Amino acid sequence: MIQVRELKKHFGPKVAVNGISFTVERGEVLGFLGPNGAGKSTTMRMVTGFIPPTDGSITIGGHDMLEDPIPAKRLIGYLPENAPSYTDMSVQAFLEFSGELRGLSGDGLKRAVGRAIEMCFLENVRHQSVETLSKGYRHRTCFAQSIIHDPDVLILDEPTDGLDPNQKHEVRTLIRRMGEKKAIIFSTHILEEVEAVCSRAVIIDRGSIVANGTPRELKLRSEQAGAVTLRLVDGNAAEVSAKVRQVAGVDRVTVVSERPLAVRAFPQKNAGSDDVARAIGELAFKERWALQGLQVEEGRLDEVFRSITLPDTKKK
Amino acid sequence: MTNILTIAKRELRGYFSSPVAFVFIVIFLLLAGFFTFMVAGFFQRGEASLTTFFTWHPWLYLFLVPAVGMRMWSEERRQGTIELLLTMPITPWQAITGKFLASWVVVGIALALTFPVVMTVNHLGNPDNGVILGGYIGSFLMAGAYLAITAMTSAMTRNQVVSFIVAVVLSLFLILAGYPPVTNMLVSWASPWLVDGIAAFSVMTHFESIQKGVLDSRDLLYFLSVIGFCLFTTSIIIRAHRAG
Repeated sequence: MIQVRELKKHFGPKVAVNGISFTVERGEVLGFLGPNGAGKSTTMRMVTGFIPPTDGSITIGGHDMLEDPIPAKRLIGYLPENAPSYTDMSVQAFLEFSGELRGLSGDGLKRAVGRAIEMCFLENVRHQSVETLSKGYRHRTCFAQSIIHDPDVLILDEPTDGLDPNQKHEVRTLIRRMGEKKAIIFSTHILEEVEAVCSRAVIIDRGSIVANGTPRELKLRSEQAGAVTLRLVDGNAAEVSAKVRQVAGVDRVTVVSERPLAVRAFPQKNAGSDDVARAIGELAFKERWALQGLQVEEGRLDEVFRSITLPDTKKK
Repeated sequence: MTNILTIAKRELRGYFSSPVAFVFIVIFLLLAGFFTFMVAGFFQRGEASLTTFFTWHPWLYLFLVPAVGMRMWSEERRQGTIELLLTMPITPWQAITGKFLASWVVVGIALALTFPVVMTVNHLGNPDNGVILGGYIGSFLMAGAYLAITAMTSAMTRNQVVSFIVAVVLSLFLILAGYPPVTNMLVSWASPWLVDGIAAFSVMTHFESIQKGVLDSRDLLYFLSVIGFCLFTTSIIIRAHRAG
């Protein structure tokens, strides 16, 4: 549904986006990750046709955004950063206005507004003016505007920003549910959100895509990925880690915490994590350690994120 | 066309849900009445015409019209709603036209509400109603020209005050270029054709000629081209702003 090729954007001498390419198909939820100022919002603004790219092409459902913007825009629902809305209108009037510009009218419009209000939990503020609403409600009003015409493509710039944990959860559930039938791009700072919602994620840093994959694949890039963590109710850190180091296939051992005791064994390059875990389990059984847990680490997205986007501290 | 109407409708609702439209209409009516009857001496002149009424319009509009139009685009930029509006499946032209028409309707309503002055003059004597109609058409077109200028200045900035001041200054130029005290001064050192050429760019020149009851195509063309030019410039400014 969304095809972006070699997208570039220069603001004067500053390069905001430097050759980004990706595609999103129906049924996919693509997460945009990256530090502030990495070019996430600029990319989304270009994809939605708000700002023209310096170079590159954008195709939405077969329509070229630059050559033929109207049919391309018709397929998109867009939630801009900071969720702007016309504050002098009531929630209902604002949604009707958006629906009319999207080509809805009469009964169809009425149904669409009702459905969006229901999906975004706006029923009890329906006739209130947007001005008087709290941030969370304003955000959801703008979100409702983006789904009013049941678009095939949804582009959401930080859709959960400024929401309380319950609202975050609701919005995530909504995105995941809609992601089954639509092509969705959304950006976020919250890494757990990516794991909860996205089928695929890209990490953008200084205008380029620096990592691309499913959340699971990205996590495997983490240093911790594949390490085996052993947790004991009590025990001597030095003694336990010395013994774990003897286990076949273990490269090195670090002590995560003293009490309760947790040590982490990093397998050698050619050793499988599962084999190491099994061997450590046998060791614990033999030594009669009071075992609390034994776990193969999946890796952590925040670690991957940091190691990719912080070049200064990257270990060589 | 539907899109233009949808946008114009929303804008109108915006004008009337805030005090902007009401304040404008009330102040316009009060000032128009004050200048016509108190300053220009409508009754003392003893003639059945609305010259004393229309003479003041270029000056009244100078401050009131930019106040109506100053939020047109600057507010969209400040609130960020311009991003919503321009990612809708509409052309920028439809948005520009819709917004402009809505503000023009607000001024039109204010102008229409001056109808008691027409009734008064008809009650007191036998005015030439064709001339009066001409005056209204000219006044409305002039307001449109000021509004188009304000649309342009409001697209330049997210600050309404800046947009107001720049619009007032630009409009003032258009008045002064044909204002007799200024043209008389120019005549003393510039050649007459140059003074006439400059005066041809003034709203005063064209408003006065329409006010005489002669609906010349040149005057119509003048106002429509000022409106067209300013709205076209608005679209260029908006495009440049988006391109960054």
